[in-house]
Parts: sequence; structure tokens; C-alpha cells
Amino acid sequence: MASKVIQALYNDDDVLMHAVKKVRAEHHHIEEVYTPFPVHGLDKAMGLDDTRIAITSFMYGCLGLIVSIVMMNYIMIADWPQDIGGKPSFTYLENMPAFVPIMFEMTVFFAAHLMVITFYLRSRMWPFKKAENPDVRTTDDHFLMEIGLGDNEKELTALLWETGAVEINVTEKES
Amino acid sequence: MYTFSNKLKIGSFIAMALGLICLATGFLNAPSTVEEAKEMVAAAHDDGHGGGHAEEASHGTEDAHAPADAHGEQHDASHDEHLLHQLQNRPWAALYVGAFFFFMIALGVLAFYAVQRAAQAGWSPMLFRVMEAITAYLVPGGIIVFVILVLSVLHMNHMFVWMDADTVAHDKLLQGKAGYLNPTFFLVRAAIFLGGWIFYREISRKLSLAQDESDDNKNFVKNFRWSAGFLVFYLITESMMSWDWIMSLDPHWFSTLFGWYVFASMFVSGITVIAMVSIYLKSKGYLENVNDSHIHDLAKFMFAISIFWTYLWFSQFMLIWYANIPEEVTYYIARFQDYKLPFFAMVAMNFIFPLLVLMNSDYKRVNWFVIMAGIVVLLGHYLDVFNMVMPATVGDQWHIGVPEIGGILFFGGLFVYWVFNTLTKAPLQPKRNPFIEESRQFHY
Repeated sequence: MASKVIQALYNDDDVLMHAVKKVRAEHHHIEEVYTPFPVHGLDKAMGLDDTRIAITSFMYGCLGLIVSIVMMNYIMIADWPQDIGGKPSFTYLENMPAFVPIMFEMTVFFAAHLMVITFYLRSRMWPFKKAENPDVRTTDDHFLMEIGLGDNEKELTALLWETGAVEINVTEKES
Repeated sequence: MYTFSNKLKIGSFIAMALGLICLATGFLNAPSTVEEAKEMVAAAHDDGHGGGHAEEASHGTEDAHAPADAHGEQHDASHDEHLLHQLQNRPWAALYVGAFFFFMIALGVLAFYAVQRAAQAGWSPMLFRVMEAITAYLVPGGIIVFVILVLSVLHMNHMFVWMDADTVAHDKLLQGKAGYLNPTFFLVRAAIFLGGWIFYREISRKLSLAQDESDDNKNFVKNFRWSAGFLVFYLITESMMSWDWIMSLDPHWFSTLFGWYVFASMFVSGITVIAMVSIYLKSKGYLENVNDSHIHDLAKFMFAISIFWTYLWFSQFMLIWYANIPEEVTYYIARFQDYKLPFFAMVAMNFIFPLLVLMNSDYKRVNWFVIMAGIVVLLGHYLDVFNMVMPATVGDQWHIGVPEIGGILFFGGLFVYWVFNTLTKAPLQPKRNPFIEESRQFHY
């Protein structure tokens, strides 16, 4: 389905922030904002929900910890409890200090890598992915706000000019 | 300006008085002859289920206390003498642990304060007066610790075995260390450490107050330079202090990591106390410009340094456990056999609890959460000092009983009185620190 969107370009992040607040105050739905760098506080101004990626990371860390414990308990204690240099391999707890470096690293490894992969999946990023960039200048020095358009084009254009936009385009968007 | 609330003042006096009574009881109950010592141990084991030894029962199923009869079987004179010394040491060690613990908090805060000044941190100037007030305890606390060390040198107790000329005469290892571990040099070093720390504290406080009244930033710049210099001095002296005041309690044992380990312990306790005092003052309406972001930052430091402490604790433990060299490993064997509960409770309180409680970013902004975590962390680090001092001084004759609690109460009361009394001496918000506006608006 193709839908019409209005795109307002700004050349200053402060102006953009004010514009976002104003458009939100007028109860228009902002579909997307493209910026060349993270604008501090933009997510709050747009009313986006907090990320839950830290929670996933914590769970992945717990998983890594469990994997390392189960793995070493099986290998070192259950499967073949050899006497290696006098280390007590009767129970897991007895030899635990020797396993802690691996437990720690596995926790960090799982927490970090699975969180990054989660991030890629959720933000739909992968090699050979077609870039979704409405205007090449947004990767350099321009900021772009995109609003879905009904039959209120005139009113919206006026509002956006008022917020200090340097350029306004109305385009069809594939989605 | 802060006015010392009457309730707190009276509370601190009551704590000091109670603590003094408890400590005095401890000293009065210490045995003076071998016979008394034997009786005490026998009584403790015979009616271990009743009377004043309930606390022993609460130590759980530890078998360390159980083989009472083993003591009864083969006595020899040296064993009895050893026991007498341990029992005599108990009130002294309780006094020393309490004195050192609260002194260590003030010193940890001083290090944190110097770091904030040297790093020109933008968030913390709002809390400088709180830190300065806590470091004021360095003077009375340091003097008390020094007096205890002098009394040890004067053979009032047997905490430091290397101070006993007779012991050294029969000990090749101690003779080898006598160039460093001799009473005169020991006291001279202690005086230099304390003198240096107190000197920096006083001069930094003076410059900090002068900066409020001046019309340029000269005092601020001077303070920056003193702080950077102090940090160099501190890192060297703190390490040596930990060898002198704590590691030399076990003079046959040594560990290169020990200085940092003690440092981590004092640093995290100090930061915790800054957070707790700030939250208290804020709740009373005295620090209106301190917001949740400041508390959040302090809680992050508590969280991170707790983990740093655990890292050092484990590194020291694991290296010794893994290599299992007899001359090193005795240190941990003593703690595993006789101190199982405090030893592992300490790890739970100093690592697992703050790890789980302070991991969530939102919880770090909830003041009562930070207070709760702070209480556990402080108790945990008291146990840490306890575990460092007690095994070498009282061995398996330890309890957390009247003298130990007396030590906490007395020094806790003195600490609270001194800190809050100093808070009344200057406005709680620095006037013209170059970073004060940034700190006022600090938002994370």
C-alpha cells in the first residue's frame, strides 16, 4: 500500500526538538525522524517507549552463566573427574574457584553478543539490507521529520513552515 | 546552614555511652590468668545451649566450635598461653576493628573527594560539603587508631605478634622482617600516613571555604593541585598502611594485592556513607539542589566499586587457593575453618546483594533502595574488616558479642556526632565553585 507522507527538513537539532514538541502538541502522529547523530532527548520528546534491551541482556547473561556451569560440571565433575594437579574434582563447589573465570566470561559473552544480535533483529539491520533513507542529506547535516498525511496537507504544511523547516516535500511512500 | 537535630545528637551520645559500657565490659571480662581462660572456654562449651552464649548457637552448625573435648585432652602450657592471649585480645580486637572501620570510611571518602577534585567532575560539587564533613572524622578517628597502635607497641595487648621481642627472638621469619616491622619505624610510618592525610584534608577544606569568599578561582586551582598530589601520596601510603595495620597482624603471610583490596573496601564504604548522609540531609530538606541523578551517580559508584571489591577479593583468594602454597594458604585455611559464616556472608552482602539490588537503573534513583543497599554494604564491609583482623588476633575464640557491638556503637556514635557537627560549620552548598551550576543542573 502506498501512502502519502509529508517530510520536513531542518538544519538544527534544537529547531527539530521544538518542532517535534509542537507537532506532538497539535496531535499529529510523527512516523519517523531521521537524524545524522543521536539527538539527546529526542526519544522523550517523541514519546517513544523505553528500550527493554537491558532486560534481554540480563536474561542472556543468566543463560550464559547456566551454560558454563552445566558444561563444566558435566566435563570436569560428572563425565571424567580426573585428578589434575591435585585439584579436588569431587563436587562442583569444591573446584568452583577454578571455574569462575570461565563462568564470568561466558556470562559476559552471552550477554553481549546475544544482546547485539537482538538489537540487529529488532532494528532490522543486516548486510545487503537496502538503506531506508528518504534524503541523503539526513546522514550528513540535515534532520528530517516524517508525518503521515491525510487530507490535511495545507494545514500541516503551514504548521511545519512555522516550526522553522527549511524544506517541505510531500511524497508517496511504499510500505 | 545545617542545624544538628537534637534527636540525632542525643542518639549519637547514647550510642557512644552504650558502646563504652559494652567495651568496658569486654575488657573487664577478659581473663588475666591461664586458669581463668581455661575456665571460660570450658564454660562456653559446657553450657553452650544456655546463658550468655546464645550467640554461639546462632553461628549455626559450624563444627569449628564443636570439638570442645579436643581442647580438654592434651593440654600443654604453650597451648594455654595461646588461648589466654586470644581471649585477652578479644576486646582489643573488637576495639580495633570498630576504630579502623569508621576511620577507613572517612579515609575512603577523602580519596573519593580528591578524585572528584582532580578529575574536575561536574556532577559532584554539590556534595563536597557532605564529603568534607565526613572526612572531618579523620582527626579523632585517626588519633584513636594511632593510640591503639601505640598501646600495642607498649605491650598492652598481643594483637601484633611481631611486637613481642621474645617471639621475634625465636622466629627466623620475623627476624628477617624486623628491618621493616619494628615498633619505632612502625609508629613513625603511622604518624607520617596520618599526618599527610589530615594535612591534605585540612588544607583542602580551607581552600574550599576560601573559594566561597574569593572573587577569582585561585583557591579552586590550588585545591586541584593539592588533590592531584594527595592522590599520589595516598595510593602509596594507603598500600603501606594496609601492610602495617592489617597485614602485619599475620606477619608470616603476605599478599601483593592486599593494599588495593583494603582500598576497595574503604572506597565503597566511603561512597556508601556519602550517599546515605546525602539522602538523609535531603530528606530533611537541607540539600534542595541535590536531585535523584546525584543519588543515581553515587549508587552507580556503589555498584561498580562493590564489584571491584569482589574482583580483588576473588583474585586474591583464587590465586592462593589455586597454587596452594603452604606459606600463603594458611591465611585462608584459618578463615575457612573458623570463620565460615562471616567469610561467606561477607561475599553475599558485598557482592550478590548490591549486584542484584543496584543493577536496575530505576532502583538506583529510589532513595530507600539505596539506603537499604547501603546498610547491607556497610555491614558487609564491617565483616570484611572483622575477617581481616579477628583470625589473627583471637583465632577460633571469636564471637560477635558485647565487645564487638560495643565497638560499632561507640565509634558509630562518635562518627555520627563528629560528621554532623562539622556539617553545621559551613553552608551545605558551595557558593562559587566553577562547576557548581553544572552540578546544580546535573541530570542523568
